[in-house]
Amino acid sequence: MAVAVAVLRHLAPLGPRIPPHGCAGGRLLQHRRGLRLSAAAAIQVTVRDALNQALDEELERDERVFLLGEEVAQYDGAYKISRGLWKKYGDKRVIDTPISEMGFAGIAVGAAMAGLRPVCEFMTFNFSMQAIDQVINSAAKTCYMSAGLIGVPIVFRGPNGASAGVAAQHSQCFAAWYGHCPGLKVVSPWSAEDAKGLLKAAIRDDNPVVMLENELLYGVPFEMSEQAQSKDFVIPIGKAKIEKQGTHITLVSHSRLVGHCLEAASVLAKEGVECEVINMRTIRPMDIEAVEASIMKTNHLITVEGGWPQFGVGAEICARIMEGPAFNYLDAPAVRVTGTDVPMPYAKNLEDNSVPQVKDIIFAVKKVLNV
Amino acid sequence: MRKMLLAVLSRVLQSPAAAAAAAKPASRVMVASRNYADFANEATFEIKKCDLHRLEEGPSTTTVMTREEGLKYYKTMQSIRRMELKADQLYKQKIIRGFCHLYDGQEACCVGIEAAIKPTDHVITAYRAHGFTYTRGVPIREILTELTGRKGGCAKGKGGSMHMYAKNFYGGNGIVGAQVPLGAGIALACKYFGKNEICMALYGDGAANQGQIFETFNMAALWKLPCIFVCENNRYGMGTSVERAAASTDYYRRGDFIPGLRVDGMDVLCVREATKFAAEHCRSGKGPIVMELQTYRYHGHSMSDPGISYRTREEIQEVRSKSDPITLLKDRMVNNNLASIEELKDIDVAVRKEIEEAAQFATTDPEPPLEELCHHIYFNEPPFEVRGPNQWISYKSTS
Repeated sequence: MAVAVAVLRHLAPLGPRIPPHGCAGGRLLQHRRGLRLSAAAAIQVTVRDALNQALDEELERDERVFLLGEEVAQYDGAYKISRGLWKKYGDKRVIDTPISEMGFAGIAVGAAMAGLRPVCEFMTFNFSMQAIDQVINSAAKTCYMSAGLIGVPIVFRGPNGASAGVAAQHSQCFAAWYGHCPGLKVVSPWSAEDAKGLLKAAIRDDNPVVMLENELLYGVPFEMSEQAQSKDFVIPIGKAKIEKQGTHITLVSHSRLVGHCLEAASVLAKEGVECEVINMRTIRPMDIEAVEASIMKTNHLITVEGGWPQFGVGAEICARIMEGPAFNYLDAPAVRVTGTDVPMPYAKNLEDNSVPQVKDIIFAVKKVLNV
Repeated sequence: MRKMLLAVLSRVLQSPAAAAAAAKPASRVMVASRNYADFANEATFEIKKCDLHRLEEGPSTTTVMTREEGLKYYKTMQSIRRMELKADQLYKQKIIRGFCHLYDGQEACCVGIEAAIKPTDHVITAYRAHGFTYTRGVPIREILTELTGRKGGCAKGKGGSMHMYAKNFYGGNGIVGAQVPLGAGIALACKYFGKNEICMALYGDGAANQGQIFETFNMAALWKLPCIFVCENNRYGMGTSVERAAASTDYYRRGDFIPGLRVDGMDVLCVREATKFAAEHCRSGKGPIVMELQTYRYHGHSMSDPGISYRTREEIQEVRSKSDPITLLKDRMVNNNLASIEELKDIDVAVRKEIEEAAQFATTDPEPPLEELCHHIYFNEPPFEVRGPNQWISYKSTS
């Protein structure tokens, strides 16, 4: 039920937040109150607010945590993720930087080496390419090169992947790029709970974590359980979540496209196809066991991602499935649904054909299942 | 009495070989004990004035060095010199592999800096790092063993020449210029924690043209970070002379709005005074400062570079004979009665012995065990499995 609510929200990312009591989903929740005690305390929280809460709580919890990036302080964040934090914590804890990605990413890594716990925001991960040497060569590899003497407890976060109408240089997905490198952890939240729990876990982790958010998800409200509202709610890095149980086919995805998978699943359910939808949550270390366990049940696999197909997240999942015990359970080759292999165009109709749509997922499912 | 005194003095002033040949063991012992009583405790030295940028005053042009300090600087510089020459030898024997960037000629820089800062201050440099690794507290044996890639190395053999670390010493960085923003970040942590610590962020004349350094200058000045940016200008970035690489070779001015000093990097006392001045500047909250150390490397850029295609042997020889940092210090100490030539020779012998023993260990210590391959990928992490070259080979990773 909560999932259906989330899917409905997902269709109108730019629309106003719908209050819990004013919608069908909310009423159904109330109807079920007698049966699910926890539902009473669940609230609707946007991904933006969830991230804001996570930052607020971690800044309060540990003095060594601080946030730096372009516009994070006085502007309240380019996407308002850090709204109110500068006002509350001041210049020392929330730092506006000049437009110098390589410089401020390096400064953040150095600060982490010397005992602080920085959260370094890239306005989008496209700009992280200017600083990628600091992320990989300075942050990811130092613990290994120093044989464990120097740790780098840093979080690099920001929006990743396609947005809407921002064209080629602002739309690239970096999951495969960062997911490639040992020494990094890479997380990719979908829901508000994911965002909050993973950001808190990332900040508390003693290793460099790249958190790939999605701009189109920032305004989307999701149900947040009472447990998730707690200040100590963390989601373990490296564990996938089954968003919907199913028996006929496994859909594995991360970030925004988890929502697309759930939507496809609900359309297919009406035709009698029960999809199991896995939200990866973490790209590295990848929870391939969750995918394997699911395939052993459903015998079919589709990976769904926004990034380009060549050397992508889906390619890695397929390769690992071939190498592992689940291969023998596949009744058909594994299939990938990905972004179109082209720099992102601007025109709306072209852009719509450059990212996976729900219909593309449904089409792939029917092909794999031969229905 | 006076005759005996004159005889002793004449023996002291004779050339070491003649004195050794002439003196009998008993009288040599007597000479030695009389020498210690005859030495001055300290002496005052004139040092070169530093060129200044956006500074009203610079470091003092005179400084006092005690006998104890002199002996320490001498021993440290000589240890670095001999360690680097040993590394050269081991590299030519193919016992050291990959990249090896040697520091001989530049010893006064790391020794002078360390003399002026505290162990609680922080240092980060690039890949020509063996000297700093030593002055920051890593024993010679662990440095050489890291170079030979054995398990007793300071990074357990996993780092190599360019990746050596110690407490408050952040390497050893292989990407030219990347260490400068890191250094400013360490300085930001110093300011954040409020314990009056500073960071020395070193880079070369080649790295000085990196964009990220200018991004760092901007932020360090804006936020008044307690960072001393030190340009070790050894006149050549690999095979490219400074004149061919930089539109302005006044590296001490390249910080623009950041004050700067140009320092004689071959004089350990000059480096020490300049660093003291710069450290005071940072600790007083005035923000960053740039220090250009004019120095020289005898070796090529690395062991793959003979170092004579872009400079003449005559130039190298001239620096060796006129500006060698160890010779400069030795002459100062002997001429000012802070030490005898014999005493310094004894130090040379002791240093050679230490290096030989360290090299012996470095060449006989076993390589790291295969199990070590995948350890320390993460920090403070429960054990996990790492894929090997194929799906049937996996390693355990612990922190």
